[in-house]
Amino acid sequence: MKYQSQKVAYWYFLAAMALFGVQVLGGLLAGWIYVSPNFLAEILPFNIVRMIHTNALIVWLLLGFFGAAYYLVPEESEREIFSVKLAYVQLVILLVGTLGAVGSYLAGIHGGREFLEQPLWVKFGILVAAVIFLVNISLTVLAGKKTAITNILLMGLWLLSLLWIFAFINPDNLSLDKMYWWFVVHLWVEATWELVMAAILGYLMLKLTGVDREVVEKWLYVIVATALFSGILGTGHHFYWIGTPGYWQWIGSIFSTLEVIPFFAMMSFAFIMVWKGRKNHPNKAALLWSLGASTVAFFGAGVWGFLHTLHGVNFYTHGTQITAAHGHLAFYGAYVALNLAMFSYAMPVLRQRAPYNQVLNMTSFWLMTGGMSFMTFVLTFAGTIQTHMQRIVGEYYMVVQDQLGLFYMMRFGAGAAVVLGAILFIYSQIVVRREIVKPGPVAVPGE
Amino acid sequence: MSEILTKSRARNVFYGGSIFFVVVFGVLTAQSHSHITQTATAGMELTDEVRLGKHVWEKNSCINCHSLHGEGAYFAPEVGNVMTRWGVIDDPESAYEILDGWMMSQPSGIEGRRQMPHFELTEEEMRGLAEFLRWADQTDTQNWPPNDAG
Repeated sequence: MKYQSQKVAYWYFLAAMALFGVQVLGGLLAGWIYVSPNFLAEILPFNIVRMIHTNALIVWLLLGFFGAAYYLVPEESEREIFSVKLAYVQLVILLVGTLGAVGSYLAGIHGGREFLEQPLWVKFGILVAAVIFLVNISLTVLAGKKTAITNILLMGLWLLSLLWIFAFINPDNLSLDKMYWWFVVHLWVEATWELVMAAILGYLMLKLTGVDREVVEKWLYVIVATALFSGILGTGHHFYWIGTPGYWQWIGSIFSTLEVIPFFAMMSFAFIMVWKGRKNHPNKAALLWSLGASTVAFFGAGVWGFLHTLHGVNFYTHGTQITAAHGHLAFYGAYVALNLAMFSYAMPVLRQRAPYNQVLNMTSFWLMTGGMSFMTFVLTFAGTIQTHMQRIVGEYYMVVQDQLGLFYMMRFGAGAAVVLGAILFIYSQIVVRREIVKPGPVAVPGE
Repeated sequence: MSEILTKSRARNVFYGGSIFFVVVFGVLTAQSHSHITQTATAGMELTDEVRLGKHVWEKNSCINCHSLHGEGAYFAPEVGNVMTRWGVIDDPESAYEILDGWMMSQPSGIEGRRQMPHFELTEEEMRGLAEFLRWADQTDTQNWPPNDAG
């Protein structure tokens, strides 16, 4: 740790990991309700469980992004954070807001727009926290060295905070409501968050592979250019069937197909940098997570996104388990795994030790990635059957769902593996104090 | 390649192109906004009753089980076309009665079947919800869903 103020990131990462735990446990519970629908039905209905599952995810990913920014900006700008105190104030506001939101959900007090269920005071809290963050981090960058990584990171974070304004705009007209709702949801995860992802990935590549900064930064601009060029008009793939004009079917199909490109580019970028760099960085776990994130993001967001994005296909698959399959793998690859890569890289430094317990960490990678992949496959099968039975044959929803029990059971099993992996990851980050498996002897090459 | 595509060129393409796409998106959004209000949802008036119904829909977070125009939780049936499915799209009174009858009978308590919670709604709220669902159903959604099953 070069700069004292980077320590702020430690508390952000801890808070993020705690919420990560809440998120996956909520997911496990929701998965169990699919298998055994009467479970807790009277006390904790499915809609509340799902709200906690999705909201906890979004907040912990944002906490991870904020923490990553506080960690990497001092190193990039070569100076301490403008105000450490403000950074902690921001964290406290976010935590109070999060606890308040979860508490009020359990009490049955919530909004009704998906993912934006937070009570109004929590929404304002998030806005205030975002403003504090932007001021704090922008003043740090402006006073110090400016790099492509901080440029792109800041641009992503400014834009995503600006888009949060649409969380407050809820027109009475349902179709307008839906259209502007996507300004937050789509333009977050398929545009501005990609900038944050690319910046963090670029930073990790720079540190882990030792490739020349000039090369990393040039490709970063190329990647984020393809992300925004495709992602902004790609919003059209949500405007097929909500009352918006028919031309979105073509705009959405074409541009959202192009959304595969930035994810393919990020995956190629990561592998090429590792190949070119040849730096033998001791933190292999962080490297595995970085490569894993870019690869799974390509499959989850890119391939599984494309699977149902063409309007002729989406006409039949829209709102089935296909969407759920894509959503899970895309979020896991692009944002969960990326955050965990950053935690894996930064936590040992923040705790001032050499990279430790990497074997446990890498085991957790395979458990979680294996679990999420399996979950994605079974939900894709379930969605395929659902699409055929319900959308082609015309059987009623519940009749079809009753046929899908086996897939939901397998999904629960996959979810259990993910939870186990998550617990193992958190344990490896905050509890274990030494390497538990000794590395083998160094081999002599060429013999 | 590396001579033509320098870092500053890549950056300029990124900024310039992004501004271009934001502008195009802005224009199309404005056009879509007026399409929604003038055409797609013009089939039924957006009354206070419909507004109340939307509020009821949101307050009870129906979207976290059901889907509406295909968006939501996929845990319970699509309701964007439920009034068509029930055959009451043009009949407000029957729409209210059938919705009220259904919601009052929940939760079913049947073992192994997904449970819809019991929602305490006033008659006014229940009528609003029925009108909101009728209003949503008359939206021009480019003929989605493919059939009445939703």
